[in-house]
Amino acid sequence: MVGIVGYGSYLPRYRIKVEDIAKQWGADPEAIKRGLMLYEKTVPGQDEDTITISVEAARYALQRARINPQEIGAVYIGSESHPYAVKPSATVLIDAVGIGPDVHVASFEFACKAGTEAMYVAYSLVKAGEMKYAMGIGADTSQGAPGDALEYSASAGGAAFIMGNENVVAEILFTHSYTSDTPDFWRREHEFYPRHAGRFTGEPAYFKHIVNAGKALLEKSKMKPSDFKHAVFHMPNGKFPQMAGRQLGFTKEQLEAGWIIPWMGNTYSGSSPTGLTAILDVANPGDLIFMVSFGSGAGSDGFIFKVTDKIKDVQDKAVKLRDMLDNNKIYLDYGQYAKYRGKIILNV
Amino acid sequence: MITPRYHREIPQRYRLEAGKCQKCGEVSFPPRLVCPNCKSQEFETVRLNDEGKLLTYTIIRVASDKFFGTTPFAVGIVELNDGVKLTTQIADVDFDQLKIGQKVKLVFRKIQDEGKSGLHCYGYKAVLV
Ligand SMILES: [Zn+2]
Repeated sequence: MVGIVGYGSYLPRYRIKVEDIAKQWGADPEAIKRGLMLYEKTVPGQDEDTITISVEAARYALQRARINPQEIGAVYIGSESHPYAVKPSATVLIDAVGIGPDVHVASFEFACKAGTEAMYVAYSLVKAGEMKYAMGIGADTSQGAPGDALEYSASAGGAAFIMGNENVVAEILFTHSYTSDTPDFWRREHEFYPRHAGRFTGEPAYFKHIVNAGKALLEKSKMKPSDFKHAVFHMPNGKFPQMAGRQLGFTKEQLEAGWIIPWMGNTYSGSSPTGLTAILDVANPGDLIFMVSFGSGAGSDGFIFKVTDKIKDVQDKAVKLRDMLDNNKIYLDYGQYAKYRGKIILNV
Repeated sequence: MITPRYHREIPQRYRLEAGKCQKCGEVSFPPRLVCPNCKSQEFETVRLNDEGKLLTYTIIRVASDKFFGTTPFAVGIVELNDGVKLTTQIADVDFDQLKIGQKVKLVFRKIQDEGKSGLHCYGYKAVLV
């Protein structure tokens, strides 16, 4: 049995409300909140980035897995906001948590699905018998250009998963990936903010890839939506995952546990992975979980997990996603937010 | 923080590795070459507990150029559960919440950047628990 043996997530404490961003640009906050089903988002501290978020999530994953970090044979971090263009984020992470130096690391990049790519490769290496444990992480501190629609949702957070074949808390039963060349969103080398082609973002990108990956996963597994206790899809806003779920035949109730977007925002590579940790935090033995990510460009990775009776031993071993989401928030106004995110030109 | 020194200090800054004297048991952080207690030069590497309490603190309102834009920030002396004391920034804190004796935990944060194109330097900071 191969699957998740430990998981952890991390969200920064800072938040900004949709109202404060809307006020800055003279937009109607009620219309945005209604349209995006989004109320506030996480903001990284000035001393936080994809590496620090990944390290905290990895430490929580290790607390749950209770394994010797030296036995982890690979660490992959998926992000579109790696702090270095050249120098993998996991080089810092392994030294911070005591993995390696006998370890394989890489940085993955695929817009919002880089995290599930990391999970998929980590899982595959363990399944192939190459190593005992492998870690896959999705984390981001994404930026939307000032005044752009993405500025309301682009947030910060991440999740880490240790794959293994002993003491598995959620077995991976099936996977499926679906990819095509779709120009919905991209960022050129050396550009600070991404560009998106508005009309491409919904139907031909997000929905097409998630629904096709989801359908293929259901066919492969010979399962039907009603077999699942939980489902989680990439969450660029509050509405899209609910619409994608409906198209595939999932109910609002099945999405509830992992639907964390309205108060978190879109953590990009961390989006469906943090949603999965919110589900694992409350899951029961035997629960089936359906997950499909989405990354612009474009592609989707799908997973079917089956929760084991070991889940109850690990849920309380580290902080839960919803505890970080609901507590200890520090609100920023737009000026502080602009400073925190480096949107102000400084004379230094 | 120049690159060679940053690299040399990674074990202590990332993983709280300290030197425990093989003769008298004194724990030195950062690690030393000679035990300040018994002058022994034999040490074993130990990892410090990442939780402790705040012994004292101050608020920095005017900092060096490197920390421009991050002021005001809190700096404190923390006593870890295994008795070792260290100086560290206190992150994510509303200054009204700071009290001597408060429980803290060390987390992994970016300490500074070596300019616009240089290294990102990481290490520990305390947060209230
Ligand atoms: Zn000594």
